[in-house]
Amino acid sequence: MNPISSPKNPLSASNPHEAIHRDPDMVIFGFWVFMMSDLIFFGVVFAIYITMVGATAGGPGPKELFDFGSLFAQTMFLLTSSLTVGIATVMVKHERSRASFLFWVVITLLLGMGFLGLELYDFSVMAEKGGVPQRSGYLSAFFGLVPLHGLHVTFGCLWMIVLIVQVFTMGLCDVVKLRFLRLALFWHFLDLIWIGIFSVVYFGGWVYG
Amino acid sequence: MNNLDYGWLGKLNWDSLVFSGFLESPSVSEAVASVAGSIVILAAVAILALLTWFKVWGTLWRDWLTSTDHKRIGIMYIAFAIVMLVRGLLEGMVMRAQQAAAPDGFLYADHFAQLFSTHGTIMVFFVAVPFLVGLINFAMPLQIGARDVAFPVLNQISLAVTVSSGVLLMVSLVVGQFSTGGWSAYPPYTGADFSPGVGPDYWIWAIVFSGAGTTLTGINFTVTVYKCRGPGMHLFRMPLFCWTVLCASILMIFAMPPLSVAAIMLGLDRYLDFHFFTNDLGGNMMNYANLFWLFGHPEVYLLVLPAYGIFSEVFSTYSAKTLYGYKSLVIATMCIAILSFTVWLHHFFTMGQSPTINIAFGIATMLIAVPTGVKVYDWMATMYRGRIRFTTPMVYAIGFLILFVIGGLSGVILANPTVDFQVHNTLFLVAHFHNVLIPGVLFGILAGYNYWFPKAFGFRLNDKWGKRSAYLWFAGFMVTFFPLYGAGLLGMPRRSFSYGDLTFKPFMVVAFIGAMIVLAALITLIIQFLVSIRDRNKTRVPVGDPWDGRSLEWNSPAPVPAYNFVEIPKVTDRDAFTEAKEHGEAYKRPKVYRDIELPKNNPLGFILCVVSGILMFALVWYIWWLALISALTMLVAVIVSTFRKETEYIIPASQLEKDTEAWLALVEKSEPVGRDLEDSPRNVGLAKLEL
Repeated sequence: MNPISSPKNPLSASNPHEAIHRDPDMVIFGFWVFMMSDLIFFGVVFAIYITMVGATAGGPGPKELFDFGSLFAQTMFLLTSSLTVGIATVMVKHERSRASFLFWVVITLLLGMGFLGLELYDFSVMAEKGGVPQRSGYLSAFFGLVPLHGLHVTFGCLWMIVLIVQVFTMGLCDVVKLRFLRLALFWHFLDLIWIGIFSVVYFGGWVYG
Repeated sequence: MNNLDYGWLGKLNWDSLVFSGFLESPSVSEAVASVAGSIVILAAVAILALLTWFKVWGTLWRDWLTSTDHKRIGIMYIAFAIVMLVRGLLEGMVMRAQQAAAPDGFLYADHFAQLFSTHGTIMVFFVAVPFLVGLINFAMPLQIGARDVAFPVLNQISLAVTVSSGVLLMVSLVVGQFSTGGWSAYPPYTGADFSPGVGPDYWIWAIVFSGAGTTLTGINFTVTVYKCRGPGMHLFRMPLFCWTVLCASILMIFAMPPLSVAAIMLGLDRYLDFHFFTNDLGGNMMNYANLFWLFGHPEVYLLVLPAYGIFSEVFSTYSAKTLYGYKSLVIATMCIAILSFTVWLHHFFTMGQSPTINIAFGIATMLIAVPTGVKVYDWMATMYRGRIRFTTPMVYAIGFLILFVIGGLSGVILANPTVDFQVHNTLFLVAHFHNVLIPGVLFGILAGYNYWFPKAFGFRLNDKWGKRSAYLWFAGFMVTFFPLYGAGLLGMPRRSFSYGDLTFKPFMVVAFIGAMIVLAALITLIIQFLVSIRDRNKTRVPVGDPWDGRSLEWNSPAPVPAYNFVEIPKVTDRDAFTEAKEHGEAYKRPKVYRDIELPKNNPLGFILCVVSGILMFALVWYIWWLALISALTMLVAVIVSTFRKETEYIIPASQLEKDTEAWLALVEKSEPVGRDLEDSPRNVGLAKLEL
């Protein structure tokens, strides 16, 4: 059973009317709804990218700009981080020690930061080849979408750092656990978006650009 | 000039002030602008002075600015919307005056363009949306038997960014100029090449921040409806208003992101020289049109659906009948919500897509008339054989029914692409959307305002002045906008500050007279408010059910205590409160008094309101250091607030017992009042059971 909704949890044990602000189901459901909204945000930006694949205005296109080696490494970083955040969730679920939980969160954080580092490196390589957003509509659309995901990853990393601090100051209490569960959902969601970016932006751009 | 070349005050200098234009080259147009700017400054100073004079800062801070109570947040939303309504309406007056005076008008073309841009932006984003969100915030949690919305602090944050965006628009009257690109801000016109000033930047940031607030509100309301319903409140036992709120909230979640994307991309084009929507280097402005209307069309249903919900409550209550065809109304609401996403392209039938696409979207558009028709017939059937009372909300509702159908029919005309080519970009369109938005949304929010006011403040609004105001709104609306249909059919283009063909002049003069009647309607609305405050001792309704209400919000004292219900009522059927009254379950003593936990006050919303306002201002004027500091402050404020430990306070059972016993004693000694006497001082909020 999920620790969040286990009977010994004070949140679910109290009078249903009084726990209404902290009902874990509600909080998680609310986060799903937020992600639906964010998904629309991404979806629309994806659509813009697709309409602008050919709009290179004589500037560099996908074939000149993409480095699939680095992209493969980024993908591995992100997919692995989804695994490690999953392991951290299991640690919470089985109420393992704080240290083992923190270990997996820190690994996830490092993988996320590694991903961001590689992404920034990729952007700098692109810029050297003239691939800057000011160059063409196509590149504007590219830099509207991929860094948007990167920005989300950055916020995820910041969130993790705050949570690590909170584990030390507030303990692994229910509020922190619930925040971590939402972070995990968010992190998997970013993985999903990355798969979309990999398929549509990189492969799609390569094939149709 | 490079973006980084500006000094530490960015683009800001003395010439940015609206008064400098008048001092340098005095003219009527500049005088109008300066007067408007002065009104903003004087009003702000006057409000601050009054608050200090009456020493209400402490109360304001404790009870309002830091409150997480959904009812208070709702009331603050409405107060904000009314202020913005006054501004938007006055702008409409000035525009009508200009066109009545044309071709010898008194405004510069740019000034007129700013007027129609701010008028549209304000009326949609800062009047209709916040007013509805305010009413929803106030009424919906009560109707479903909840203690509060799902996320009270998030609710506060939504209000904060909406208000700071509105304040930014007010600031644009004094410092710099607003966009001249219309409320839809189409690029490339609003791009850096054609509009190098700060106008479109004001638009962009106001839209991005208030849009984020609306998205968060949608999430909050959706979760509230799904997860916070009281025991027995099945989805199909909810008042219809809650259904329309659910659908409108889902529209907020799905329709606001395209607007945010469009505005942010426009910002990237302007600030960082991107090429999303520029004319050169592969930019594609049709992408903007698609994004904007992918939001813009659902937006109008996002506005009108909750208004439909209010009308449903009003028709049912004042006809003393259960709502006719409840399920069909629910299904119609959902159909409209879905169809609203399938028609955005009718906003640009003339922009070059194939006839096949136009026909598909034309048919989809006409389809919306079907569920809307279902609703209209259901409302009429609700009134049929009801015991109708012509109170102010009912007068608004009936006026809506008649006038809205006319607006709907002109919409069906426009949905035909061939006709649309003919009247495209003329005043016919302006007449059409005012004809749906004024009866549909404005009358809805005014009906809701009159309907729920006693619940919020514990006394009724004056019905006589309310009706006078309603009739003036009807007359003013008709005299203003029906001539525009004529002028539009004759080919008068919209958004033109002047015209050469004097055939249009009589139409414009009549429309101006109509605008004056609308102004009179606004004044009577204010008089109604003041008169009602004066007479409040004669119109108090402390028991809480002045209209023989049918839904749960009437099942508590007025004004409603912070905890809404001492014991969450158990629901067994639709029209839960009528059911309870019928079976003697209303006004019953709870078996046990239990402590109630409520969210504590939180300063986060207020902090974000101030800092986001500073951030937007800094961004508009390219004051980078200030933008950076305020953005970081927002981030830190949010992070720090997550470290708060005690986020709830307890209302002890003893306090609840004392309050409730006092209320029940009041019920005991009050005289139940029949519907005929509901406007008399004898109505203290205990309705006689007349089935």
